[in-house]
Amino acid sequence: MKNIKNSQPEYPQPATRNPNTRNSKIVIIKYNAGNVYSVSSALKRLGYDAVITSDLKEIKSADKVIFPGVGEASSAMEYLKQTKLDKVIPQLKQPFLGVCLGLQLLCNYSEERETKCLSIFDEDVKRFPPKEKVPHMGWNSIKFSDSKLFINVPNESFVYFVHSYFAGLSDNTIAETNYILPFSSALQKDNFYALQFHPEKSGKVGEQILKNFIELC
Amino acid sequence: MLTKRIIPCLDIKDGKTVKGINFIDLRDAGDPVELGVKYAELGADELVFLDITATIERRKTLVELVKRIALNINIPFTVGGGIKEVDGVNELLDSGADKITVNSSAVNNPNLIDKIANRFGSQCVVLSVDTKNVDGIQKIFTDGGRTETDWELLPWVTEAVERGVGEILLTSMDHDGTKNGFALEITKQLSELLPVPVVASGGAGTMEHFVDVFKNGKADAALAASIFHFGEIEILELKKYLNNKNIPVRL
Repeated sequence: MKNIKNSQPEYPQPATRNPNTRNSKIVIIKYNAGNVYSVSSALKRLGYDAVITSDLKEIKSADKVIFPGVGEASSAMEYLKQTKLDKVIPQLKQPFLGVCLGLQLLCNYSEERETKCLSIFDEDVKRFPPKEKVPHMGWNSIKFSDSKLFINVPNESFVYFVHSYFAGLSDNTIAETNYILPFSSALQKDNFYALQFHPEKSGKVGEQILKNFIELC
Repeated sequence: MLTKRIIPCLDIKDGKTVKGINFIDLRDAGDPVELGVKYAELGADELVFLDITATIERRKTLVELVKRIALNINIPFTVGGGIKEVDGVNELLDSGADKITVNSSAVNNPNLIDKIANRFGSQCVVLSVDTKNVDGIQKIFTDGGRTETDWELLPWVTEAVERGVGEILLTSMDHDGTKNGFALEITKQLSELLPVPVVASGGAGTMEHFVDVFKNGKADAALAASIFHFGEIEILELKKYLNNKNIPVRL
């Protein structure tokens, strides 16, 4: 058990935009996998307005791209193909943040309806074995390594998860969490960052991670 | 380690909290959003908003409220009350709700569960169950506990989970309002039987009751209303207490 005194860190208060990123163009990719409003609301609380769009030009011209997602992998991939986002996303050079299903779609392949994904991360997404309740739903801790995403976040902070599929540990893992088995709660490769948990629903810790992505990555 | 969740529940009517809110430092105790923000700051893990508005304007008011909640609150929340069709669900999820909960409408039309789960995923479908012991049989009630149905607890929740429910919010009418503790036996029974999380509700009176429902009732989460609203139990204190009793909580 953690010591209570040590587990109540002080966070820098959000909602003051960094002057260097004040005019950043942040795009949230809109596709048929919800939760876009929650992500844009979290950014508003941090003082940032995001453009919500599936327009390829808008996405290409963004300074930061966020790829949220709640839903099912194969239908989401189908939509990405129809809109040619499946070709555009891997070519992007600006900082890119996949969230939840967004992380899984950046992997190679998902067991969820045997879906070929975007292959940014060379790992497969598997379903949790039914040894405990699935989905993994609720607050669990992340153990992270050095990454800009986690600056000013205390290690082993709690964040909010809702998912039935996971990416295993690999060289791209920057945070891991244990539920039934250890899995990647965050991945990074070059400009691509991804979180299995929902920063937009993870209290002050989640807001700090989003702020770091926008201001430091 | 996955932690046990503490969930305050707010009853809403016409966009306002209904009754029994007694926080001295709230500007407007009737504003669900301000109250929700307060609970989130105090360490609530999730919030449940139950809308009991009966007017035609209900749906629009609720969607507006859900948007305001999502804009201001940084933890997950569930919305319920009068959801009878899959179309209304879309609007609530798009407005930032994480989960919706159905109760009477699912009993009257179990197919509603399949429809919502197939379209939006099981993770966002919470089944609220009101149950009461009638002559030794654990029966299901609808219409806010007014109508006894033919369903018994175990067959109903089992069928509902098969149809796609992702979480059970279990309220024992025999315990609700008594402050004598949660219904440990049925909570444990459901939690061990079902592959989905079980939220225990009804009967919370002391911090020890929460220890019981997590340790002996095997609940994944515990929900309460009045003891939080009247400040009888403060959420952060409760979570520290649970932590000292070796129950994993987010602090």
